[in-house]
Amino acid sequence: MGSLSIWRLTLVVFYIVVLIHGSSAAYGNGKTPTTSSPGQPSNPVHTFPAPKKEYLPVFQMNYPRIQIPFEITLWILLASLAKIGFHVYHKITVWVPECCLLITIGLIVGGIMYSVHEESPAVLTTDVFFLYLLPPIVLDAGYFMPTRLFFENCGTVLWFSVVGTLWNSIGIGISLFGICQIEAFGIQDINLQENLLFGTIISTVDPVAVLAVFEEVNINEQLYIVVFGESLYNDAITVALYSLFKYISQMDQVDSIDIFLGTADFFVVGFGGIMFGLLFGFVAAFTTRFTANTRELEPVFVFMYSYLAYLIAELFSLSSIMAIVTCALTMKYYVEENVSQRSCTTIRHFLKMWSSVSETLIFFFLGVTTVTSKHEWNWAYIGFTLIFCIVWRGLGVLVLAQIINNFRTIPFTFKDQFSMAYGGLRGAICFSLAFLLPNTFPRRNLFTTAAIAVIIFTVFIQGITIRPLIDYLNVRRTNRKLMTINVEIHSRAMEHTIAGIEDLCGQWSHYYWKDKFKKINDRFLRKVLIKDNRPQSSIVSLYKKLELQNALVLLDSNGGISGAPSLTSLQEQKPTKPETFLPEEVWSMQELLSKNMYKIHERTLTYTRHSLPNEIRTKEILLRRHSTIRKSMRKAGTWQTPAAAKYYSLPPTVQNLQPRLRLRKSSLTGDDDGDDDIASEINFPPARPRLQLRAKEPRRALQPPRNKLETVNEVRTDSRRTPMVDYENRGGSAMSENSKGRGTGTKRALTPMRQFGLFNEQGLKNKEKEDQMEMEEFRYTPAANRREEAREEASDSETTHPLLNRPMHQYKP
Amino acid sequence: METDQCTFYYKSKTVNSALSRTEWIQLKEVLSFHDWKLVTLALPKSCHLSSHQVTVSSSHICRLYDRFHALDKDDKGSLNRSDFQNISELAVNPLGDRIINAFFPDGMDLIDFNSFVRILARFRPVDQNPKKEPNAPEPINSRVNKLKFAFQLYDQDKDGKISKSELLQVLRMMVGVQVTEEQLESITDRTIQEADLDGDDAISFEEFKKSLDKVDIEHKMSIRFLR
Repeated sequence: MGSLSIWRLTLVVFYIVVLIHGSSAAYGNGKTPTTSSPGQPSNPVHTFPAPKKEYLPVFQMNYPRIQIPFEITLWILLASLAKIGFHVYHKITVWVPECCLLITIGLIVGGIMYSVHEESPAVLTTDVFFLYLLPPIVLDAGYFMPTRLFFENCGTVLWFSVVGTLWNSIGIGISLFGICQIEAFGIQDINLQENLLFGTIISTVDPVAVLAVFEEVNINEQLYIVVFGESLYNDAITVALYSLFKYISQMDQVDSIDIFLGTADFFVVGFGGIMFGLLFGFVAAFTTRFTANTRELEPVFVFMYSYLAYLIAELFSLSSIMAIVTCALTMKYYVEENVSQRSCTTIRHFLKMWSSVSETLIFFFLGVTTVTSKHEWNWAYIGFTLIFCIVWRGLGVLVLAQIINNFRTIPFTFKDQFSMAYGGLRGAICFSLAFLLPNTFPRRNLFTTAAIAVIIFTVFIQGITIRPLIDYLNVRRTNRKLMTINVEIHSRAMEHTIAGIEDLCGQWSHYYWKDKFKKINDRFLRKVLIKDNRPQSSIVSLYKKLELQNALVLLDSNGGISGAPSLTSLQEQKPTKPETFLPEEVWSMQELLSKNMYKIHERTLTYTRHSLPNEIRTKEILLRRHSTIRKSMRKAGTWQTPAAAKYYSLPPTVQNLQPRLRLRKSSLTGDDDGDDDIASEINFPPARPRLQLRAKEPRRALQPPRNKLETVNEVRTDSRRTPMVDYENRGGSAMSENSKGRGTGTKRALTPMRQFGLFNEQGLKNKEKEDQMEMEEFRYTPAANRREEAREEASDSETTHPLLNRPMHQYKP
Repeated sequence: METDQCTFYYKSKTVNSALSRTEWIQLKEVLSFHDWKLVTLALPKSCHLSSHQVTVSSSHICRLYDRFHALDKDDKGSLNRSDFQNISELAVNPLGDRIINAFFPDGMDLIDFNSFVRILARFRPVDQNPKKEPNAPEPINSRVNKLKFAFQLYDQDKDGKISKSELLQVLRMMVGVQVTEEQLESITDRTIQEADLDGDDAISFEEFKKSLDKVDIEHKMSIRFLR
């Protein structure tokens, strides 16, 4: 820890030195042009006729030319490096939210800059924030928003974001105006409009820190989505209110017609933004329909169209945040089906990267600006602002929750309400809005100072304490302090069950609209917006699954790599004394289980601004179920041993091979009443001739082991020949040759499982064939070989099959 | 008893499963109807009710019927496994197959609306203030029934015990690939050892119930929609 912080400090200092040196050089250049500037652009023109020979400048410096991008680059680098720095040491980020750390570093840098009389960075002085820094953050949030959860809780989210923001703004504004009337404080010159404006600025909550905490403690999803959605839409509403109040505050008197127009404007702004968002979302989806031959450009469309939506909404002074969020929401569904897997990953990574950088920069500048800008400190005003922020937020949540609880199936408990109120941290937007007040604005410095004070208070004090508080309050969530492994396992199983049953029941309250939308979607939108209406993609997904399977086999076959280090002892002790378990062992088992079990309802959570949602899990689950289904298909008689059940994780020892071979022989001789204890888990077509399978088997058993999946092979050779082709299509066509008609006659979107349920005769047979090929291979190659092959396979697939992105690294715990 | 048959109409469509009157009453109790509208229940004249048509229903039944109908793609009046498997969220649920199986007991291939509702009724939250009736039969959403449902997810061979291999299977479905087979086995051993009271190396239902004594099953195994 010590060495680390020293290292970090050195790094920071180094960059500061570079920065300051650079900037001061720039200023020196600007003020005294006589200093060495041999490399002026006009130089080459004069050199030729000039009698006084000037040599070609071998080394020259032209700092002003690169100054702005150079400084921006350095700022971004510095902020990002700082972020790396405190992520190396994990424990800090667990207890202290990231934004706190960023602000702290910003404060330090600002302090250094202040001490050498450097001006604050020129980056955040204009509309840069709204035009460049904000869009990535909002786009990211919109794109990764858990759509289904959001629409389920749509009403509540809008209620809290619209009414809650209005409540806070007006409440804080009016009560601050009341405070201003007290003579002793000396702030009578602030009028009502200005107070309202300030109230609007200060009521924007930015729950990034809170969301991170919520996520880690597995908070219930209603609370999560409400806080998440609130943060998004309240941005939009605040910005709308801000421009409204800013306009009003610059007028001398306000008529009632102004109020009316303001309200109208509010709706126009909101709905106008949504309309533009929808428009550009559909256009983007439609565009990606035709990008099959220019895959490398796909991400551009996503970014540019959403940015266009943002800019156009800004052009008409509509709610640009609404526009970009709606755009992202709309296009996501269609675009992700149209674009290739690679583009999809690129899009996601870029979004995360940009939003991460933007946010880091904003917090960083917040720290810097706190030190370097001019302040006007007024104890009363700032103190009361803080108090009102807390009080109005608390009251607001309490009152609004009482009202909305009548309409909710699952009401907010008092604890929920408390966490919601306490999660009202102020953040980047609040700061930027305050900072962007025009310079002519009276008392601008006071407002900025108050905003910074509130932000720092909420981010530091509330941000740090919210986790222990949630722990202490025991807000509704999955309980971690379980006593026995039994409880752990069974509760998890029950949670999965409930999740499944809930899915089965569908979404009651929104079901009608969802159904309507789905109909429209299937009938029109999908046909227009999506390239090839789906029959292929299920095959592609199967292909991907098979690919992934190779990687999984590899992973399991040398499990030592993936196993958690703490468990090696557990493994070793197991054969010697399986009967007694030490408490530590139990504990480590529980650790292992709680870390490695699939999350309940994968669909719901995982929005963090800094990491991508994990889709691999879903694939993994599908794969495993795929394998159980195949096992039950094979129930017809090939297997009955526990070794077969272990297909997934073939132990790397050769000794297991022998009994398996023997058993195989016995099964060949017709002993096929497989009392496999797995029930048939699919809708088994009864007409399927089982005999056919068995009849084929002996013949194939005699054949030398062939390569694993025919399809995989085909694709590989193909891909070698033409390395730049679209692998998905290729894989798809290869597969569809194999299993013709698998996707026919299915009008609606094929969910992956559907294949297993609705195979027609031929598809099923082909499937069996593939499986057998695969199993054959496993049975007859010695384990060592097998492992090596699997490794080759995986490395192959890593290099030649882009469908499987980074097969190995994804699985590391 | 043909005279006892009632037909259940919903949005002027006939629900295929004609329920007998007693079944209706049972369903009604199971789901605790409160609003009696929307749906007309056409009763035969022999039912001795005051009017020919009695409006009867609950929002639950309507919703469940809506859902049932939406899942039933071919309008065949019953659901089969593939209808269930088409639910994409269920498809990625690690225990999805087990859950689907629970709806098809004893090798049945189809499930009608009545049974569908009955199975789902187990997940209704327990009433906060149950009426004390000494002779009342155990409600279908009781703690024991909820536990039974969970138990049958494990107990695939239906011998009333969770054997080691059964537990291992479920565990393997729920755990990610990071956990090796050996680890899983030792965890299974431990689990059985922990819960097994009579020393038969398996978990019986009683033992299962006992091991979950402190867990709030009523809350955990309830769906909010069926409130």
